[in-house]
Amino acid sequence: MSSVSYRKIFRDGVWQQNTGLVVLLGLCPLLAVTGTVVNAIGLGLATTLTLVFSNLAVSLSRGLLRPEIRIPAYVLIIASVVTVIQLLMQAWLHDLYRVLGIFIPLIVTNCAIIGRAEAFASRHAPLPAAVDGLATGLGFCIALIALGALREILGHGTLFSQAHLMFGELGRVLQLTLVPEYRGFLLAILPPGAFIGLGLLVAARQWLDSRKPRPRPAAAPAEAQREAAA
Amino acid sequence: MTERPDRIWRSALLLAVVAVIGTATLSGVHELTAERIAEQERRVVLEQLEQVLPAARYDNALLTDRITVTDTAYFPGGQTVTVYRARRAGEPVALILRHRAVNGYNGDIRLLTGVDVDGRITGVRVTGHGETPGLGDGIEVGKSDWILGFTGRALGDPPEDRWAVRRDGGAFDQLTGATITPRAVVGAVHAALRYVERNRARLFTRPAETGAESSTR
Repeated sequence: MSSVSYRKIFRDGVWQQNTGLVVLLGLCPLLAVTGTVVNAIGLGLATTLTLVFSNLAVSLSRGLLRPEIRIPAYVLIIASVVTVIQLLMQAWLHDLYRVLGIFIPLIVTNCAIIGRAEAFASRHAPLPAAVDGLATGLGFCIALIALGALREILGHGTLFSQAHLMFGELGRVLQLTLVPEYRGFLLAILPPGAFIGLGLLVAARQWLDSRKPRPRPAAAPAEAQREAAA
Repeated sequence: MTERPDRIWRSALLLAVVAVIGTATLSGVHELTAERIAEQERRVVLEQLEQVLPAARYDNALLTDRITVTDTAYFPGGQTVTVYRARRAGEPVALILRHRAVNGYNGDIRLLTGVDVDGRITGVRVTGHGETPGLGDGIEVGKSDWILGFTGRALGDPPEDRWAVRRDGGAFDQLTGATITPRAVVGAVHAALRYVERNRARLFTRPAETGAESSTR
């Protein structure tokens, strides 16, 4: 528990160990709600909030919890955080909540969250733990939004449609129709489009990574975390 | 096996403390949000109802003047239908049924159908469905105008044997690339009309039911 580099936390969370594109955790919501950018942002923000607060709570309790009850305690913490967020969304972002539906409560089952609790928050002080939650959430958001944008542009020819669900009436000015009179591209909207799109994004990330000639000392941690979560 | 009992008890206690803290937080947040959530849900229902029957046409509290009915001959699939009763100065104006079409392409299609006292449809809207995006989802009002074709229709308009989609020799268009979805909706709306025709007087006079609404979807 030596000094932590916030730079490294962000680089890992957003790029090197991106939850959606490298570690490949939380794929169910990632694939299911990315029909539009607005849905993607909604789920991304809810997941990020969950990560920040669950990491914080786990970090605060790290001296108290014995190993044998660690996992059930984390599940309780995460479930409470998610339910609080669900209630707040129902009260203040009701229409968006109705669109995202079951995927908000299902954030509990996103293994990325318990993964971060176990791998990082349980071994670090509250501040770095919260920052790690933020970075991981940001990385997940980026994956969600990239996939959402890809599918919405290809599938509907629009961007930010239904933005009023999140930003109120102001959001209506955000809605862009990129291709007027677009007939739609069904494959992009349907589940296969989500899988194909995710594959393309993973490949694109790998390609960008491989172009950077900087020698990296083995990308083993990502593998290890995947193994641990499997 | 070598674990000492007091150690197990302490672990259990710790876990219980975590659970109590979680529960306390949740009940706190629930207290803070319950009223607002209930209000939001009422708003959603009113917005839905407004689409099939403009609020200007009635003056009673539609959300509380409602009953539930079941009739497997008209509403198959074991559904419980909520009926809202619109009145003006105490006189019946219209009924709004929250029912489902059970023979869609993928799961139930949830419908809201408004019928005025003369038996004419004041509007039909889909409030939830799992039909194919880009094909069957043309029944949504945001995707196409198809569902608006019901407004003003009644039993006998079109004639009884033409209450079907065009492919089945009826008067209603199908959607491009989708016949099953519109067929299901036409069938369900027709059944709702026939049910209202047979039961109208009874539906208006039955005392209103209280309690929370089962579903707004």
